[in-house]
Amino acid sequence: MAVPVVTIDPAAVKLSREEVLRYSRHLIMPEVGMAGQQKLKAARVLLIGTGGLGSPTSIYLAAAGVGTIGLVDYDTVDESNLQRQIIHGTKDLGKPKVESAQETLLDINPYLNLKLYNVPFTSHNALEIIRDYDIVVDGTDNFPTRYLVNDACVMLGKYNVYGSIFRFEGQVSIFGDPDGPCYRCMFPSPPPPGLVPSCAEGGVLGILPGTIGTLQATEAIKLILGIGKPLIGRMLLYDALDMAWDTIKIRKNPTCPICGEHPTLTELIDYEQFCGVPAHDRSSYGEDQAKRPVPAISVREFAGWRSSGQAFFLLDVRDPHEAEISQMGADALIPKNVVRQRLNELPRDLPLVVYCRSGARSADVVRWLEDEGFTKAVNLAGGINAWAREVDPSLPTY
Amino acid sequence: MANIKIPTPLRAYTSGQSVIAVSGGTVAEVLEDLTAQYPDLRPHIYDGDQLRSFVNVFIGEENARDQHGMATPVAEDAQLRIIPSIAGG
Repeated sequence: MAVPVVTIDPAAVKLSREEVLRYSRHLIMPEVGMAGQQKLKAARVLLIGTGGLGSPTSIYLAAAGVGTIGLVDYDTVDESNLQRQIIHGTKDLGKPKVESAQETLLDINPYLNLKLYNVPFTSHNALEIIRDYDIVVDGTDNFPTRYLVNDACVMLGKYNVYGSIFRFEGQVSIFGDPDGPCYRCMFPSPPPPGLVPSCAEGGVLGILPGTIGTLQATEAIKLILGIGKPLIGRMLLYDALDMAWDTIKIRKNPTCPICGEHPTLTELIDYEQFCGVPAHDRSSYGEDQAKRPVPAISVREFAGWRSSGQAFFLLDVRDPHEAEISQMGADALIPKNVVRQRLNELPRDLPLVVYCRSGARSADVVRWLEDEGFTKAVNLAGGINAWAREVDPSLPTY
Repeated sequence: MANIKIPTPLRAYTSGQSVIAVSGGTVAEVLEDLTAQYPDLRPHIYDGDQLRSFVNVFIGEENARDQHGMATPVAEDAQLRIIPSIAGG
């Protein structure tokens, strides 16, 4: 197993007159100085994800003078990203995120050497992409990719500056030190599919990734400079609601399958299979397995039912606060997480049309209803957002 | 009584409560008391009788898994917390 030590030769690069001026507030600090700034310029940092966490992280690393930054993201800029992904703007809607990020970063620092990877990060390309970098910053948004980033970093001996967010809570740590724990030491196995919602399902305070991503950038800079006490073997926990910070200890697990004394994982695996969920929305995982298809009705067909006066029962399985955003005349609002306790409120003799925001949660509910003997349950394909786009444009989408 | 902090993803099952007073002399007893108070929480932290492997219970700064697991003693005034796996970015 390779040993992750950030060894950067400051003599390998020189600062130009313009760069000396640009970085003068660093140069006058003894902890950074000329040698430190040259280390930053010689450093190569890979950011996986150019979203909520990747935005502030890449902006600060670029501004600080990190010489080479790699950005991995296959996605394009969407309106719902702009509440938190501050590297992108309204003018960037529809652009590949790495290209939108490139414009911002090169405007901040034209001396930057940027490498763009406009592809999903997978078991097939992870080692090849990471190999050329000194430090990896994990700003991904799903469990399969987090386990992939961890395993690839341990295998190649790279520091993995980890940050993760949900609603009002954040976590930060550094994994991959030879004497410290890895992500699997703390989280040996992923949660079962569906038990922990993603930010797309559960929401996230827009400012939260700013706080957590900035901490990741701070830790990356400290590793490059070799100063201070890095978050190795510790995890910083942040609760924005309580405005509370806590630190917990993470110990290296001697039986860890990847960083333990007798590793059993010696090559990258199928992480979607491991976690039971797709890693990104272009993944084909799950299309033909695990989840059986459910009967569905299109929003146009359902509009026909309504106008023809056909009898049905319309069930909204979103959370109550989502009903404040848009409504389409549901007969009942029963959030997905309590539907199974409230089946007695639902009719068995009528077509039971189930909807959520975009059709994924309601499909799960239709599967459960079928298992409980509801033979007339159907999923409203595309959810209320599809209804808003195709039938009732007076409603907002979200 | 000891207190246990509930992470955001699980507060849907504790009526929105973030800190809950719990009694018990071990981690197992404390979690029994917690899930007796909030039965909807049980399937999210237990798989049958076993604590789910992705659920980390900390007493202060220390992971119960690194001590005596479910048998780890819990002091009268202990601050416990459940650390969730979260993946947002």
